[in-house]
Amino acid sequence: MNSRIGYIAFNTFREAVRDRVLYNLVAFALLLSGAAILVGEISIDVERLVVVNLGLTAVSLFGVVIAIFIGIGLVSKEIDKRTLYTVLSRPVRRWEFVVGKFFGLTGTLVVNTFFMAVGVFLALLYVAHKFEKMDGWVLVALYFIVLQFLIVCALALFFSSFSTPLMSAVFTFALFVIGSLAEDLRGFAKITQGVAGGLATAIAYLVPNFSALNVISQVAHGDAIPGRLILYNSIYALLYSAMAISGAVLIFQRRNLK
Amino acid sequence: MAAIEILDLEKSYLVGFWRKRPKVALRRLRLTIEEGEVFGFLGPNGAGKTTTLKLLMGLVFPTAGTARILGLDMDDPRVKSQIGFLPEQPYFYDHLTARELLNYYGQLSGVPAKGRSARVEQMLARVGLSDSAGVQLRKFSKGMLQRVGLAQAILHDPKLVFLDEPMSGLDPMGRREVRDLIQQLRHEGKTVFFSTHILSDAEALCDRVGVIHQGELRGVGAVAELTSKMQGKVEIVFFAQKVPAGLASLGAEARVSGDMVNAVLPEAQQEAALDVLRREHIKLISLTPVRRSLEEYYIQKLRPTEDRKEDGRKQESRKGVGV
Repeated sequence: MNSRIGYIAFNTFREAVRDRVLYNLVAFALLLSGAAILVGEISIDVERLVVVNLGLTAVSLFGVVIAIFIGIGLVSKEIDKRTLYTVLSRPVRRWEFVVGKFFGLTGTLVVNTFFMAVGVFLALLYVAHKFEKMDGWVLVALYFIVLQFLIVCALALFFSSFSTPLMSAVFTFALFVIGSLAEDLRGFAKITQGVAGGLATAIAYLVPNFSALNVISQVAHGDAIPGRLILYNSIYALLYSAMAISGAVLIFQRRNLK
Repeated sequence: MAAIEILDLEKSYLVGFWRKRPKVALRRLRLTIEEGEVFGFLGPNGAGKTTTLKLLMGLVFPTAGTARILGLDMDDPRVKSQIGFLPEQPYFYDHLTARELLNYYGQLSGVPAKGRSARVEQMLARVGLSDSAGVQLRKFSKGMLQRVGLAQAILHDPKLVFLDEPMSGLDPMGRREVRDLIQQLRHEGKTVFFSTHILSDAEALCDRVGVIHQGELRGVGAVAELTSKMQGKVEIVFFAQKVPAGLASLGAEARVSGDMVNAVLPEAQQEAALDVLRREHIKLISLTPVRRSLEEYYIQKLRPTEDRKEDGRKQESRKGVGV
């Protein structure tokens, strides 16, 4: 990696940590430990299912909220506060700045997810008293969640490269919700004819397919995740993020920093 | 070689919500700054000083024209490693300490890892922040931030330094320190291009100044030349408690303060005025020709074009009186 991108990424990560973003882990830990204790008391035979479902859903939601709310401010905050002026007056290209910011935020989310994953596994251990082979699939679900974060970060950066932080948050969150229903949208597109069908198909394939990246339910039931899906999802998330980041770079390259 | 060659640089923005119309921020600016020169870019707020600096830094893009910096096209990435920039009212990453910020900027500027820490400490000492180096910038005062700003601008030993209102928000001591720093940069052979509306600073520091108003460069000249222009008047200061009667008849504008009188009168009446003082046995303190101040030049350049033309005509008709 270009060293300047690395420096910008590290600074972004350090800023997030010092701005107490990782404090969300405290809320997460409280939520999960409370749930685990409660589930241990009231559930019979489904403790694992409930903890995996609840834990992974919380990991996903906490991460998405962080990705959106930090992501939308990554560029606009630097313009508003004019911190960008002293960065771009150095031998730093605009694309390096955008990519560095992206890596910094995804790095923050990976670290955040790591700690939450540890929490999920501890809760699992608490309710089941031991790990089973199928718990390994939880790691795959966590990997898919990180892929979701990549896309959400890239979209937040893309929207914030030309829009206000509030509108960027609305657009990104809307796409996350629509994308979570992408499989249903694709099903709807298949049974619709004419212009509406064409439009539905276009939207269904244009919005990020977050539903394909959501395997929480299967993993909670102990179902295996096919290797092919892991490969396809990885390629899909990387390509989609790369496209969104390229869009952000193209817009940001031409932007006047008033 | 010219350090900066601005070649008809122009910038206009589209303003308005529905019906966008262009608003000119900078009109066909043509200006050359030589290497080693300290150049002051003067003008009131909103004159186009910051726009010019942002164009040169590549933060905004020109509508027309271009510039060459240190012999390279202003878009050439190699330019950025040879220049330093202090924006107006700088704001930095407030989660970082002064030391961390300078280290980060050193990394981005390509300062080699070996010796970077020493360079950072050296810069902190130079701007008087060694004691606060480990404090987060969110706890810094405006003056301290300005010092950090100066340190980051010269951290990588640039050949050319751009400073946007470097004295803004500083107390008299802070202003003095910044002035000293600019003088040091001059002695090190650096080129300094700084914008200001504090004329005394420009007069004390600059080799040349340019006056910009409403996006238009109104005049450029060497400070020494501009301020040496005679006004055709002399100022006489002497000990007295009232203005001698003979002096008033020579057309003197006199002011009494305590035991001293300060009188300004046409140069042609100088000998007659001295005769009056001798006759009255008044002790002379000083006699100096009245020179034009930078402020007068500045104000003249800021006036509307017609007024300035009228001024020019008047001055032409007064022999020996400058621009």
